[in-house]
Amino acid sequence: MKPTMISSTARRKPRARLPVAGVIGGVIVAFWLVMAVIGPYIAPHDVGGVAGDAVFAPISAEYPLGTDYLGRDMLSRVLHGAPYTIGVALAAVIVASFGGTALALFAAASGGWFDAIVSRIVDVKLSIPSKLLALIMIAAFGSSVPVLILTAGIGYMPGAYRISRALAVNVQAMDYVQAARSRGEGLAYITFYEMLPNMLRPVLADLGLRFLFIVLLLSGMSFLGLGVQPPEADWGSLVRENIIGLSEGAPAVIVPAIAIATLTIAVNMVIDGFAGRKRRGG
Amino acid sequence: MNSTTLRLIANRFGAGILTLLAVSVVIFTITNLLPGDAAQAMLGQESTPELLAALREKFGLDQPAHIRYFHWLGGLLQGDPGVALANGLPVAELIGSRLPNSLTLAAATAAVSVPLALAIGIGTAMVRGSLFDRVVNVATVWVVSVPEFLIATVAVLIFAVKLRWLSALSRADDIATFGEFLRVYAMPVMTLCCVIVAQMARMTRAAVIDQLNSSYVEMARLKGVRPVRMVLTHALPNAVGPIANAVALSLSYLIGGVIIVESIFNYPGIASLMVDSVTMRDMPVVQACAMLFCAGYLVLLTIADVASVLSNPRLRK
Repeated sequence: MKPTMISSTARRKPRARLPVAGVIGGVIVAFWLVMAVIGPYIAPHDVGGVAGDAVFAPISAEYPLGTDYLGRDMLSRVLHGAPYTIGVALAAVIVASFGGTALALFAAASGGWFDAIVSRIVDVKLSIPSKLLALIMIAAFGSSVPVLILTAGIGYMPGAYRISRALAVNVQAMDYVQAARSRGEGLAYITFYEMLPNMLRPVLADLGLRFLFIVLLLSGMSFLGLGVQPPEADWGSLVRENIIGLSEGAPAVIVPAIAIATLTIAVNMVIDGFAGRKRRGG
Repeated sequence: MNSTTLRLIANRFGAGILTLLAVSVVIFTITNLLPGDAAQAMLGQESTPELLAALREKFGLDQPAHIRYFHWLGGLLQGDPGVALANGLPVAELIGSRLPNSLTLAAATAAVSVPLALAIGIGTAMVRGSLFDRVVNVATVWVVSVPEFLIATVAVLIFAVKLRWLSALSRADDIATFGEFLRVYAMPVMTLCCVIVAQMARMTRAAVIDQLNSSYVEMARLKGVRPVRMVLTHALPNAVGPIANAVALSLSYLIGGVIIVESIFNYPGIASLMVDSVTMRDMPVVQACAMLFCAGYLVLLTIADVASVLSNPRLRK
């Protein structure tokens, strides 16, 4: 009796076990999401407060992450940057994924000329690299938070559209959708109650990847001085404004960059752990 | 190579040119959406309605948008994309002086990254599932998901600040010996390679594993062919197409990476020219650089496409 019980639990265990890396990633992502909301309120120092002569100070008890090029507390700067880095990227990913999925569902459902036109436009959009599009948009409209959200949102919408459209076309051919159609259900019912729930998992995994790309794009732009404008700063701008401290090996340069890396790697771990081995395509 | 294949390849190139045209419309539209034009930007504070009208007429800015577009496109095709607003120099001259630098950087990166990535990709595919494979796998995922400037700053911190082997700034104009060439290019190339090698190695690994799972490899294995020989003479020739596709696709990531890397190392290439022009909103330069990058990107995408057509008989039908 006993051996069979052990073997049966042993057999079932790998199935029920949570992916360790995924859980660790989830905890880190959750931590940063919370910080994006409460970070500015729990910052230990005034974000503009200059700490006397301690420019590029090393890590100490008073300044856990050192100080920046003006002698401001880095921990507070990073906490104040969190809403920008994470919030702007979240807004952009919502524009990209929701817009892309909605367009894809509509295109798949209506078919015909609408589908053809949107697919052509998407093909053209995909042949402009997203960093390049961001540079053109910022050159044309200047840099502000709405422009950044729109740029990243539009830049990553075509990819989301492509994936959702492929999924929608597959799901559309399923028997239950055909059944709903022959039952006489409306287009909205079929789209939201029959198709969308069956596409949700890959669409969410794609949303995670897109969030990661957008964080990288926006911090890249901020690093070039074209993203969030001073006096506000996201993590990319923090790296940029402290770059002269690099020759002294100041923590102020590397800390914000590591903050970005922990966020993006954690997102990757969550996707890998929970959405199966779905890999980035492009 | 029969006529069907040739026609298919011609089709891909035709589609590429049409896409580039569409891209030029997009770039022109975005950069012309806002009111305010080059004439206004040049005159700045001193603008009077009369001066403005005269300057507009000189540049042809008084004409409707579609005529200006064709004028601009014609200029691009003739190699004359206009005059930079910042210093009045012809854009072609600005780009011409910096393009060789960027191409050298790209060539050096390709020369290092392609062999390295192929070796890593094929190597990990051969020992699939081993500790080495898993470590490389995790490392590549991590490298692709961190920003390029983190890799660059860490490289500067280690090699220029701590070890003092290399200088943090690149100056491409005073290279006399191969040693100096290495010192100048080592860090930009290393940073770019990190990004591309990870991507390319992953795709190469997937392409080789795809072949290793096929039934003819199973057959060879049953005949008793040794593993190394099996990969090199049986699987690899069939994976060449997908690998060429992977190489071209990964090299297209250079375009994103080079924008950051040229700026961080102060490298005098066209990507840093474009970033500076975006900061100054110097539209003619931005437009020309953007078209140049998009053309390069499309060429690589088309090569990737053609490589997969040539290697896969089923796509040729």
